[in-house]
Amino acid sequence: MPDMTILWPAILNGVTTGALYALIALGLTLIYGVLHIINFAHGALLMVGLYAVYFLWRFLGLDPYVSLLIVPPLMFALGYGLQRGLITRAGHGRDENILLVTLGLSIILENLALMAFSSDTQTVDTAYGFSTLDVLGAFVPVPKVVAFGGAVATALALWAFMARTDLGRAIRAVAKEKKGAQLVGIDVNHVYAMSFGIGIGVLGIAACLLMPSYYVNPSVGHGFVLIAFTIVVLGGMGSFVGALIGGVIIGVVEALGGLFLGASLGQIGIFAIFILILLFRPQGLLGRLQ
Amino acid sequence: MLEVTALTKRFGGLVAVDGVNLSLPAGGISALIGPNGAGKTTLFALITGFHRPDGGCVRFQGRDVTGEKPFRIARAGMVRTFQIVQPFAGQTVRENIAVGAHMHLSDRAEALARAEEVARAVGLSDRLDRDAADLTVAGRKRLEVARALATDPKLLLLDEVMAGLNPSEIRDVIPVIRAIRDSGVTILLIEHVMQAVMELSDHAWVLNQGRLIAEGAPRALAADPAVIEAYLGHGMAERLAKGAAHA
Amino acid sequence: MKRLAVLVAIFAGLGLLPLLVGSDFWLNAIMLALFSALIGQAWNIAGGYAGQFSFGHALFFGIGAYAVAVLQVDLGINPWLGMLVGGALGAGAGAALGWLTFRYGLRGSYFALVTLAFAEVFRILANSTPFTGAGEGILIKLNPHPAMLQFKALSGYYWLLLALTFACFLSVWWLERSRLGAQMLAVRDNEDAAAAVGVDAFAVKLKAMALSGLFMGLAGVFYTQRYLYLDPGLAFGPTQSVEALLVAIVGGIGTLFGPLLGAFALHLLGEAAQTALGDVPGANMVIYGTVLVVMVLFLPRGLASLGKAGLGKAGGRRQGLRRRKRRAKDA
Repeated sequence: MPDMTILWPAILNGVTTGALYALIALGLTLIYGVLHIINFAHGALLMVGLYAVYFLWRFLGLDPYVSLLIVPPLMFALGYGLQRGLITRAGHGRDENILLVTLGLSIILENLALMAFSSDTQTVDTAYGFSTLDVLGAFVPVPKVVAFGGAVATALALWAFMARTDLGRAIRAVAKEKKGAQLVGIDVNHVYAMSFGIGIGVLGIAACLLMPSYYVNPSVGHGFVLIAFTIVVLGGMGSFVGALIGGVIIGVVEALGGLFLGASLGQIGIFAIFILILLFRPQGLLGRLQ
Repeated sequence: MLEVTALTKRFGGLVAVDGVNLSLPAGGISALIGPNGAGKTTLFALITGFHRPDGGCVRFQGRDVTGEKPFRIARAGMVRTFQIVQPFAGQTVRENIAVGAHMHLSDRAEALARAEEVARAVGLSDRLDRDAADLTVAGRKRLEVARALATDPKLLLLDEVMAGLNPSEIRDVIPVIRAIRDSGVTILLIEHVMQAVMELSDHAWVLNQGRLIAEGAPRALAADPAVIEAYLGHGMAERLAKGAAHA
Repeated sequence: MKRLAVLVAIFAGLGLLPLLVGSDFWLNAIMLALFSALIGQAWNIAGGYAGQFSFGHALFFGIGAYAVAVLQVDLGINPWLGMLVGGALGAGAGAALGWLTFRYGLRGSYFALVTLAFAEVFRILANSTPFTGAGEGILIKLNPHPAMLQFKALSGYYWLLLALTFACFLSVWWLERSRLGAQMLAVRDNEDAAAAVGVDAFAVKLKAMALSGLFMGLAGVFYTQRYLYLDPGLAFGPTQSVEALLVAIVGGIGTLFGPLLGAFALHLLGEAAQTALGDVPGANMVIYGTVLVVMVLFLPRGLASLGKAGLGKAGGRRQGLRRRKRRAKDA
């Protein structure tokens, strides 16, 4: 057993990374909770967001945090359009079809990026990129602290939005009882597209917060897809709080797995959790299936 | 042939089937009747293994089959149909029926030939190559019966095969069910169409709110005050009797 | 019988190709399409006939591929024997994965995601264990001799692949006229209704996964012997999983000739794109992704459904004809 001087930084690193994972999973869980579909293109859409942040920095000199004003709205619009124009037409009554169409979408996006931007890995340089903060004896990069705060704030904002606004209430109504919502005059297709848009918009927030401490290349989304799914099933499909807690758990599991098993084998813990949860507790650790 | 003892099923706080006892002899047609939501379909699902009972026991031909998997119970010779018809959409009528025939026949050609025979027996032979999804309601109900019949069952549980049919379609189905009985298959049916119950069955049980409240010859049951109350609401039997007295 | 004749004729024709096609370039191009047809048909058994959409068929592919490689390199076991082991392990893995997932009632998208997760787990394991050569991969000694399942001429590999593909298609032909095949379709279309007439859905799905895994494993064995090199990404990465399902979906899932149609259509499209655009990395995949989206949107039953009266549904039509003839005779 390594002592706390090694363990504590690993846990802290896991918690901050996990908060970012949670932010990515928030959009996924929202989309699942309302539309009851699994968006396999979530990772590829994150990649799109990361490239947007990168190019805004590179050509316009915009700080990734300033891009928070630009990228999330654009991603929202992209999500809204995708749901209305593509995903809603693909179901034909089988949920596998949604999985296939979003898989196709992720292949297209990823390889368009490969064609346009090559497979090179890109990063942004910021003044704060390498500064660290001392948290009880462990040094955490400032961007990760910001990301952690941003993730918590976004989850809270999302929760407040769902609870307090008319649109949020409409979304919840549709999620719970689609036919009933239709009967009381809610435009279900609009609500679906709004939910998908918000889910992808949150992904835009994640991209802005992730970019200062991470990188972008065409296949960057791969690594996040199964992680995000794992968080969603762990936290209970459709649950925001569950996603936040699930994200932190996964971050810590990954960090500790990496510490004890090495970076490559460490990832196995995430997939093991994913498989075990789906087999034995599909309602998630905290939530219930809707 | 079928012995059900103290069979019970709860869904949350609701007791859907409550201590049901019934004993079905071999041969003949019996009916299970009762108002909507009485638990008839749930009882079928319990008997055929689609739901696991919370208590009680089901014996089929002397063998305890309580809680066994549906396919095992079907292979033992007790086969149900579904109230909400469940065709294999995208497959032809012939292919649909052949799935049932395959229970005993491993050869494809034999199963398809058997499917044709069964289709003739239920009056579907003119639609053998039609996609099952394209059939009318009446056609789908016949297909449900045919698929079950193709397994050569000893006991056939028919769940509302006449619901949704018009009177002339019902008249057409009645002789089909009689012919199945005459071929030696015991039949238990759930039915709302009382005319059909009267014409077909020798014996009936009445289920209300999960409990058996009466049994006997269908005609006698139709005059039973408890049965009338179950169907029409509290006090109705008395009012009807009064009405009859005034007239 | 007519379908069998068509099948035999197609494969006999393909078998003659090496004698007619002088250029290795074209032979290789056809081999790539045949390979896609093999894994597409393997996927089709579980996905198309039994209705269990997998996103992780690379699992069985990788197990077969590593089996023959590890047995040869680490234990000196002849690859012909390795091929048997690879196929058997692929089938066993299919059954094991099926047992685990179907036992706990996973279906639809969840089944797909869990298969993907299993493939990832194996990719990580292969990346981390010494006997698979870890991240550097595993290299098989060049020894071009049929006894070592290596060939000097490309045609040797071609015929090996053709034989495996033919075996796979023949199995599906048999499946279509067997009780197991009928039960697979029944389980795919309505599991409860199938159970009500005595079909053991769990066993049927397990058999489908095993048969599917068998041919996926054999495809892996072929891959190892053809390229004499394997690494975790090649074996367990998403490429083979996606290609397998793409080929089947484009061609027409649940049809005998669909995967062949899909494989050749996709590779033809890929070649055409390469000729038009030059060697742009990613261009092929953009086209494949677009094809997948377009197919799901507009033609979910695949290319084979375009000629519904043709290859896909020949069986039903034939029976219809026979009945009409008989009726004519009765009258």
